[in-house]
Amino acid sequence: MRQLTHFVRGYPATSIGIVLCVIVVAGAMFAPWLAPYDPNDQTIVDRLQPPSADHLLGTDSYGRDVLSRILFGARISLLVAVASITSALVIGGAIGLVSGYVGGRVDLFIMQVMDVLLSFPSLILGLIVVALLGPELINMVFAIALTAIAPFARIARAPVLSLKEQTFVEAGRALGFSHARILFVHILPNIMSEVLVMGSLWMATAVRTEASLSFIGLGVKPPTATWGSMMREGFENILDAPWLAFWPGIAILILVLGLNMVGDGLRDATDPRLRGET
Amino acid sequence: MIVYVIRRLLAAIPTLLAVLTLVFLIVRVVPGDPAIAILGDQATPVAVAALDHKLGLDKPIWQQYANFLGQSLSGDFGHSMITGRPIVTEVGAVLPFTADLTLAALLLGCVIGIPLGVWAALHRNRPIDYAARLLSLLGLSFPVFVSGIYMLLLFALHWHLFPVIGSGRAGDPLDQLYRLVLPAITLGIVMSAYITRVTRSAMLAVLGEDYIRTARAKGVPWRRVVWHHALRNAAMPVVTVVGLYIGILIGNSVLTEIVFNRPGLGSIIVAALNNRDYTMLQGLMVIYCFLIVVVNLITDLTYGLIDPRVKHA
Repeated sequence: MRQLTHFVRGYPATSIGIVLCVIVVAGAMFAPWLAPYDPNDQTIVDRLQPPSADHLLGTDSYGRDVLSRILFGARISLLVAVASITSALVIGGAIGLVSGYVGGRVDLFIMQVMDVLLSFPSLILGLIVVALLGPELINMVFAIALTAIAPFARIARAPVLSLKEQTFVEAGRALGFSHARILFVHILPNIMSEVLVMGSLWMATAVRTEASLSFIGLGVKPPTATWGSMMREGFENILDAPWLAFWPGIAILILVLGLNMVGDGLRDATDPRLRGET
Repeated sequence: MIVYVIRRLLAAIPTLLAVLTLVFLIVRVVPGDPAIAILGDQATPVAVAALDHKLGLDKPIWQQYANFLGQSLSGDFGHSMITGRPIVTEVGAVLPFTADLTLAALLLGCVIGIPLGVWAALHRNRPIDYAARLLSLLGLSFPVFVSGIYMLLLFALHWHLFPVIGSGRAGDPLDQLYRLVLPAITLGIVMSAYITRVTRSAMLAVLGEDYIRTARAKGVPWRRVVWHHALRNAAMPVVTVVGLYIGILIGNSVLTEIVFNRPGLGSIIVAALNNRDYTMLQGLMVIYCFLIVVVNLITDLTYGLIDPRVKHA
């Protein structure tokens, strides 16, 4: 308990971030028990009800309970963010690792490709990829992962360049270890913390991108509740039912802000030189 | 300076080729036949073959690539499958709206972000600094469509200060400016958040340098030290970040345009998505690439302007 208060005092922003993330994760996990109604249950007589004791956050144009939909919508946001960033982390990390280790022209070429990918507006890239593939959950994950591979490749490659010159790598080679063993057993653990910090910051971006794509209408198909598509519905009914657009926005903000705060905190923790500098 | 400009222009050519290759690959690598995606899975093989022929997809892949590069570089981005008009014409008609919005947001981002970042750096770990950091964190956590809708809820629906939709009457600059306010603020918030963060950290790094201490020791007024000696040297990372985030800005302008129902690249993209206008999407991607390469070029040229060391390197 004393350690906990010490942590909260020392890292107030990170603590708030953790609390915000925990709220969303708990909401998503326990959605079936927390939600007062079935998220897809339509009661046309109750459509566009303002917030009340029956429906804490009101109802949408099909009479569905907004609170229940927000709780279930958290599942899609988290699922897409975790799945896409994990894939980007693994693929991008592997590309950066191998590229930096091999070096030379291969490295130059791969990094040039990554720079190109990096310079492309990620929302536009995601939008076009999902449009071409079709609005499915898996395509959304693929599109967001594609936009995030390049930064992971960059962040993984940089430390490998100096690590591969170190004596422990030389020792491994002298012992006859294979390149794969040196790379994944000896170099990989040294770059993990940087890559993971990057992962937590990119989770926030992934949540934002998913919500944006859903808002444009490229998200998971209806009637599945997603925060972006709920914003869309609220936006379409903005004159009659302004609360519809308000609450999903708050949910998105809580998660993105929480992830950003945790990411900033992790970055400061792994690199003390940066503490409080960005 | 002329030599520097020419060198940067030449260096942009391989980048452009690489980006175009990437667009070509993305469109080709995506599984499934675009003809089937356009016509639906009920389409007859004859119809699919006909569309493949029309799109040039029945040619060998290297020939498709050569054609694509040749046409793109000569400024021919193809025709819309729906309207049949050249994509350049369609985009050209709305580009000024997107350009207005993006530039206004950029300007707003600099006007708010740079002083706030400098101010925060000068008051490091004091309440002003915490407030600036919290504000910038909030700014970059808000997806633009959320902040845009909140703007509408507050300023247009609650206080009736601004119109809910539209870009204004054509030929009435005041009216257009008035309708630009909310979209530009929405987009400018994101930009100012990034600029505040990077200005703050760049200033913190510069303020610790010896030449700052020297300038102070010489008796240069503090205000002059901050704005001339420090900020001038902190400008490089700020320009880099601004250049990088213009890509994000262009992407976010799509969402802003949807929320405020403004004409622009966003409306074209959404229409192309809804109509499955495959050639239009590819053309738009190429146009975005050109925009990004041009922005990167301008960023590089700006380096030369603000730091004399760069153009002689």
